[in-house]
Amino acid sequence: MGIIKALKLGFDYLKYDDDGNVQETQRAVDDVNLDIQAGEFVAVLGHNGSGKSTLAKHMNALLLPTEGTIWIDGMDTLKEPELWKIRQKAGMVFQNPDNQIIGTVVEEDVGFGPENMGVPTEEIWKRVDDSLNKVGMTAYRHHSPNKLSGGQKQRVAIAGVMAMHPSCIVLDEPTAMLDPNGRKEVIKAVKELNRKENVTVILITHYMEEVVHADRVYVMDSGKVVMTGTPREIFSQVETLKQYRLDVPQVTLLAYELKKAGVEIPDGILTTEELVSALCQ
Amino acid sequence: MSIELKNVTYTYSPGTSYEIHAVRDVSLLIPDGQFIGMIGHTGSGKSTLIQHFNGLIRPTSGTVLYNGEDVWAENYDRKKLRSEVGLVFQYPEHQLFENDVLSDVCFGPMNQGLSRQEAEKEARKALLQVGFKEKNFGKSPFELSGGQKKRAAIAGVLAMNPKILILDEPTAGLDPKGRDDILDQIAQLHKLRGITIILVSHSMEDIAKYVERLIVMNHGQAAFDDTPKKVFLHYKELEKMGLAAPQITYIMHALKENGLDVDENATTVDEARESILKALKGNRSKQAQEEGSSGQKAEQEGRKNG
Repeated sequence: MGIIKALKLGFDYLKYDDDGNVQETQRAVDDVNLDIQAGEFVAVLGHNGSGKSTLAKHMNALLLPTEGTIWIDGMDTLKEPELWKIRQKAGMVFQNPDNQIIGTVVEEDVGFGPENMGVPTEEIWKRVDDSLNKVGMTAYRHHSPNKLSGGQKQRVAIAGVMAMHPSCIVLDEPTAMLDPNGRKEVIKAVKELNRKENVTVILITHYMEEVVHADRVYVMDSGKVVMTGTPREIFSQVETLKQYRLDVPQVTLLAYELKKAGVEIPDGILTTEELVSALCQ
Repeated sequence: MSIELKNVTYTYSPGTSYEIHAVRDVSLLIPDGQFIGMIGHTGSGKSTLIQHFNGLIRPTSGTVLYNGEDVWAENYDRKKLRSEVGLVFQYPEHQLFENDVLSDVCFGPMNQGLSRQEAEKEARKALLQVGFKEKNFGKSPFELSGGQKKRAAIAGVLAMNPKILILDEPTAGLDPKGRDDILDQIAQLHKLRGITIILVSHSMEDIAKYVERLIVMNHGQAAFDDTPKKVFLHYKELEKMGLAAPQITYIMHALKENGLDVDENATTVDEARESILKALKGNRSKQAQEEGSSGQKAEQEGRKNG
């Protein structure tokens, strides 16, 4: 079994009237099957309201399934009596950096998670050192988080998750509010964690360029997983993606347009290098 | 309806150890009807600068002129200024507060002195113009998706009939289709109502596609102020400022370096496609010529030998 496995997962949001009776149900996740292996880099795409974030919140038991089952490292979120064990396995990073930093000093913020878990003090400091180092924020350890840029704050948030030694990390649009440099910094840090530390990464994003290096991509629409494959397989289907309100990286779109205009070019070009070698032999 | 900034400087917490010069000696003219983009890394002074445009903050030194009048002069009607220069902040959810969307959008025009009926007329028009569906007019702002919230917030400002509309990252967090829809509608508004648009964005691709003039903020100063094409030629300097050029710019430079004679100025997918097709055609005819001339040579050689 993979590190995250879901079987026929379904989730309804309920709307109550003033008397507490269910007035409306809205299916946000519908019959989703997942099998994510340890060490994989998985990207999840989908338009606003397609169910990505709801699905992500099932990965650390912030939400519990209405139907079906999800296992995190073999633990069924509905049956596990101690949910914190699950949350320790799967850490989450959210979109807005300002909503998830609580410490007044960077190193305190990073130490909050392990301290909460009851890790001995010496070990906490070791983990703080180590996590800040992994995201390249050691130089800022005594700074106030308020004074950091968006990309730096997100990296501190990631370090905070890493200090809990999770086996996987779920990032819900971590770069949506960042400038180009901040985006680059965060994606680089995430890629390194995946490659060097073998942390399983689940990245939810609207930036198609960030998906190019993933091992596998899931595309969601109306709560369902409608496409799955390697980035190349997914991005070869430009028209289908457009139907799902999505996009492809600009280089892929350009290659696709050139092909339509009669230029001989392979499908699913993902990088500038690939396009250059296809056009300039 | 121009805005003019003359040597504007803004300092946070002046005279303390937290003193920060967010805007340094910026002079700018925003004439009527332009579609302007503004980029800059986090902390470059963009947000501080745009708050000068409608008198939300007072420059530490320098002057802000609206239609030639100093907006910080005594007796200047800054309330009117704020209804003529509309500002949509980055987090639309912070801007919505009424029980239903229509009432929320009515708030601005009613504040300007319109009756509820008149305000509703303006509100409906504004909501429809930003592509907000009529069936959702009665919904609570909290029931809306991110894209709908942004539309509602933009409509709330638009309903006041501003002459200038400033949008601070109106598409952050939206899916690609939602992003294109909103930007297309803003471009449409620019055409329909002839209003000046100032678009603050982190997306170089969007900037390249929509704006006619681009202001780059860096360390509180306007580092570049030119057409996007000319600004993106300085992509190496932009990178040093924590910015970048659109992906297309990098592709075109890479192609050129590898011997394909393309136009490095292209910044959008359409321009790039045209330029590459032209370059490929050029290559082919060159090849054909070469082949043709070598063929002739061979023929001549043949004749000689014969």
